[in-house]
Amino acid sequence: MKEQSQRINEIIDVCLLAGDIMLKSGAETYRVEDTMTRIAAAFDDRASQCFVMPTGIIFSIDGTDPTKLIRVSERSTDLQKVADVNHVSRKISSGELSLKEAYLQLKAIEKAELTYSIWQRILSASIASGCFLIMFKGGWFDFLPACVAGGLGFAGLVYFHRLIQLKFFAEFLASLIIGVLAVGLTHFGLGHEMDKIIIGSVMPLVPGLLITNAIRDLMAGHLVSGLSKGAEAFLTAFAIGMGIAFAFAL
Amino acid sequence: MHVLQQCITSFIASAAFGIIFNCPKNALVKCGLVGMMGWLMYILLVAFNVNVVLANLLAAFFIAVIGQSFARMYKMPMIIFSVAGIIPLVPGGMAYDAMRHFVQNDYSSAVQLSAKVFLLSGAIAVGLILSEVSNQMYRKLRSLKQGA
Repeated sequence: MKEQSQRINEIIDVCLLAGDIMLKSGAETYRVEDTMTRIAAAFDDRASQCFVMPTGIIFSIDGTDPTKLIRVSERSTDLQKVADVNHVSRKISSGELSLKEAYLQLKAIEKAELTYSIWQRILSASIASGCFLIMFKGGWFDFLPACVAGGLGFAGLVYFHRLIQLKFFAEFLASLIIGVLAVGLTHFGLGHEMDKIIIGSVMPLVPGLLITNAIRDLMAGHLVSGLSKGAEAFLTAFAIGMGIAFAFAL
Repeated sequence: MHVLQQCITSFIASAAFGIIFNCPKNALVKCGLVGMMGWLMYILLVAFNVNVVLANLLAAFFIAVIGQSFARMYKMPMIIFSVAGIIPLVPGGMAYDAMRHFVQNDYSSAVQLSAKVFLLSGAIAVGLILSEVSNQMYRKLRSLKQGA
């Protein structure tokens, strides 16, 4: 009896760990629930119940004792981890991994660092800003200013987010940097169209993924997740708008 | 020339977003491809005077379809391919414009723009959902046929 409840405990731990990593890495709600149910089904015949919100996961296996809850306080986007956990869950479903091995592999994924260095990410944010400027019908003359503003804005976001735990405020400061740079560069004749520069360089900060995921969750019936992701997206958009507005006011 | 320029920039922008979102390295080029095809579809539709909302919906649908087939081909979650592709479509510029009009006390155009932003992001989401639903329907129909 005791051995069995030990095993149930371990199964729930593996499921929760997988769910936790996926949720923190920005996977869709339905994918998190699906992965956890699949892992549980591979190790135990009984049906499992899980409830995933952007801020926490509740999980239990029918007719057994512990129901566990974990709190998720911070979410970012790390698609490598989503892919890795997905891979592990596939292997579990096909019976290639034991409970212990699965747990160790998931632990290793959880600890993994980002694939790209911070400089690579800042550089790609700045190049993306320049490219967005061209895509939104800006002129090539403004390409470099947009790169500078976008790159520094993204760097500011990363830096301030380390200093301040409040995401909203880091986003506000980052877009303030972009706004000030765009206004300054056009003022000194280094850029032509201020609007286009701002739109291009704000793109790496814009919560596009959150907005579409929110509506998608809502339509799929994950009402709690959809609403809270929508609120998060709205807050981010508001922070960006406020930062730009602040820069105009200065 | 104009189209070529748009192709190259949208490819680079989508791949760069792949790096920001920490995509697996072997998926970066595919992210760029998905983004490029989606954006190309969008600008072509707009050039043929299709309504912007409808163009967004169709482009998102197209991106999701390619994303799904890539996901099946390379055994990776679909979100990896669709996220970077969707980003260029998201009406971030318009959201910014709306915010700016609010700040300048021009509320009537600000509300108009916000409504448009809402419609556009709704259209993108509907496009994504539509591809998922049609995929599910296709699979159900096929399994029904095989069962019969």
